[in-house]
Parts: sequence; structure tokens; C-alpha cells
Amino acid sequence: MKPSADAKRVVDTNAVDRTKGTPPAASRGITRATLLKDLRLEWRSKDAINSMLFFSLLVVVVFSFSFDPSAEESRQIAGGLVWVAFLFAAVVALNQTWARELRNQVLDAYRVSPAPASALFMAKTLGNFIFVSVLEALMTPLFIIFYRLRAVGPAWQLLLVAAFGTWALVVNGTFFAAMSIRTRSREIMLPLLLFPISIPAILAMVQATTAILTGEYSARFWIVLLGTYDLAFTAVCLLLFETVLNAE
Amino acid sequence: MKYLFPILVILTGILLSYALYQALEVAPTDQQQGDVYRIIYYHVPSAWTAFLLFFVNFGASIYYLIKRCEVADILALTTAEVGVVFQTVNLVTGPIWARPVWGIWWTWDLRLTSTLVLWLIYVSYLFLRRFSSSGETPLLAAVLAILGALCVPFVYFSIWFFRTQHPQPVIGGGGSMDPRMLHTLLLNWLAFLCFAFLVCWSRFRLEKLQREVDKAHAMRSLMGDPEEPQGARDDF
Repeated sequence: MKPSADAKRVVDTNAVDRTKGTPPAASRGITRATLLKDLRLEWRSKDAINSMLFFSLLVVVVFSFSFDPSAEESRQIAGGLVWVAFLFAAVVALNQTWARELRNQVLDAYRVSPAPASALFMAKTLGNFIFVSVLEALMTPLFIIFYRLRAVGPAWQLLLVAAFGTWALVVNGTFFAAMSIRTRSREIMLPLLLFPISIPAILAMVQATTAILTGEYSARFWIVLLGTYDLAFTAVCLLLFETVLNAE
Repeated sequence: MKYLFPILVILTGILLSYALYQALEVAPTDQQQGDVYRIIYYHVPSAWTAFLLFFVNFGASIYYLIKRCEVADILALTTAEVGVVFQTVNLVTGPIWARPVWGIWWTWDLRLTSTLVLWLIYVSYLFLRRFSSSGETPLLAAVLAILGALCVPFVYFSIWFFRTQHPQPVIGGGGSMDPRMLHTLLLNWLAFLCFAFLVCWSRFRLEKLQREVDKAHAMRSLMGDPEEPQGARDDF
């Protein structure tokens, strides 16, 4: 396959001893190559984005039966609803992240290569971040139409919440997806691991979104909390990913 | 050494009965709540014990990641299992007390919610241990334990934003607790700690034996023992 050949070439030219540390440039090259490969695969198949879109559309429709979507009070729960839809949809994409690399033993090849594991993790996380962001960009207009949403508070903060919130989901999701492919019944395992750890982030996203939509209180505390959560978990995931990748 | 375990069992039994007697008979009745409050002698010690066990689990997980020593892994497994049991006791006794005193079974306030989330995190930890293949379990579980521990301050701060309905901590919180009550509470905690230690100990021994048996079976099938019928061990 051509994209994999690209990735392999970059890995080869930057071959370095993992124990001695990798020059940042080589690490960036590996990240870029893997990311481009994933994006190209997704661009050609559109597997993840299609299933995520359809899934979140279903969530939107199913939720509309449980309350009156056009009522003024629905703004109070819209924040939670949007994020639940994105969370469930993201799990669909996250489950495919590493499953793709199991075919032809790509992951094993990566394990024996001298490329740093954190570069691979970063590429996968960035890829998922792009996929979920695209999903959000496509689904948000639909939410606005179906649930008659209108931000009373500062709407630009929603961008911040979306970026931080998506990153929080995706960084943990990519990490736990790498763990859950090691288990029996992989697809079930990912949400079981991801949701409990993500509860503070989900709470912060939902509260910040509701705060902005209703304009009743400031979203600042929640945005700061999300940012801190992102920083802490990104750092620890990058640190521990090599252990997970090489676990035998 | 052989008799240490039975002796400890008897001592813990005596201590638990004495603590029960203290909790039900000796400790004074609460001025406002009446006898209902006595559940505190089980509610609070079980929570403290669970937190302590989770802390040991966190330490053992870090130690395992650094040293890869099997004893640390068994300790992490044991403390997580027993900790979940004690936290379940805490989560069950809470609503039993809350119904007559608050008038509701459950409320989503700081302590209740964060305890529930902590319980969820450690249940997912046990799920991972159960579902991953045996060779990788210790590593993956240790990594999850570290991420779970990292999550705890975030859980606390995020839920802190809701106003809290739970009674303030009776110790160090400026509360005015009768010294006899405090004495009974601490006595109960001591009894619970001994009990938790005993359960952990026997679970630890069980797990260690189980692994030795598994290893022996694996060795025997590697050596190709003719006594062993083909496919006799298909349970893993």
C-alpha cells in the first residue's frame, strides 16, 4: 500500500536508537507521515466519518422523542445532549484507530522499529481530533436547526470549549483504544475504560456549553478546568504510551 | 507463622464485636438524629478504608511499572478488589442513612458524586483486569490505575462547583462531636482496617497460589508431560 510505504520511508531515514532519545525533527517526521497516511486512508474510505455522522444523527433523532426539542427549557439540556452525541460517535471512530494497524502486523512492525512510540500516539490523536472536529462542524448546524439553539452568552467561547473538549475525549480515547485492542471483546472495553476517566471532562464540557447557551453564568472556570485536564492527561498519556505499546 | 492467620482472625472477630457493642450501646444517642446516626460507625470507616486501599493500589501500580515485580501487581489487584467492596458498603449505607435524615435516598452533591465516580473508575479497572489476556494484564492495569489516580483531583474540583449537601467532615472540620462518639468511630475504623487487612491477606495468598498453579500447568504443557491429556486445560 502506498501510504504505508511513505510512513516506512520516513521511519527508515530517521532510524535512531530509541534508548538514546530521538531528535525532535525525526519525531515530527514520523508523526506527520503517520498522520498523513491516516488522513489519506480516511479520505479514500470515509469509514469513520460516515459511521460517526450517521450515528450522531440517530442520537439527535432518538433524543428528540424524550423531550420537546422546541421548548425554551430544552436549551438547558442541549449542551449535555450535543456532547453525549459526540462522545458516542467518537467511540465509533476511536475503535477503528488501532484495529486498522493490526492488519498485516503493522503495529508489530512499529514496535520493533526505533521510532518513538509517542510520535505514533501523537499522530493517531491528531488524526482522531481532526475526524471528530469535522464531525462536530458538520453536526452543529443540524443541532441548531433541530433544537432551535441560540447562544445567549459569548458564542466565541464555544469554539474554545469544542477544541478543549474534543481533545480531552480524543487523547484519552486514543490511549484507551490502544489498551482495549489487547483485551477480549475490544469494542465493549473502550467505553468501559474511557467514560469513567472522562467524567470530569464531560462534566466541564456540558457545563461550559450550557453556560454559554443560556448565558446564566460564566463558563470560565469550566474552560480552565478543561485546559488543565487536557494538559495533564496529554502529558501522562505520552509518557505511558510506550509501555502500553510494548506490553507483552 | 502458621498460626498467625487464625490468631489474627480471632483477634479481628473480637475487635469487630467490641466495636459493634460500642457503636450500638456505649456511644451516646445523637441529639437531633436519634439512633439513625449510628450507621456512621460503618459508613465512615468503610470509606476511609476504601480510600486507603486505593492509595495502596496506586503506590503498588507505580512500583510495578518501575520494578515489574509480581508481588506489587498482586497487591494492586487485591487492594482494588477489597477497596471496591468497602466502597460499595459506603455507597449502600449512605442512602440508608440519608432517607430518614434528608428525606431523599440520593443527591448529586460533591461527596456522593465523587465517591460514585471513584467507584466507577475502580470497577472499570477490575473489568480491564478480567478482560485482558493474562500476560499483559499487570502492565495495562498499572497504567490505568495511574490514570485513574490522576483523575481523582479533577473529579473533586469539577464536582466541587456544585454546592455540597453532605455533612462536613466530623474530624478536622471544626465539628463538635462527642468524644465518646469519636472514640467509637476510631475504634470501628481500627476494626475495619484489621478486617480489610485479613481479607487482603487471604486474597493475596489465593492469587499467588493461583498464579503458581497456572505457571505449573504452563510448564507441564511445555515439557509435554504424557500424564496430561490433550486439551484438558481449555479454561484460559
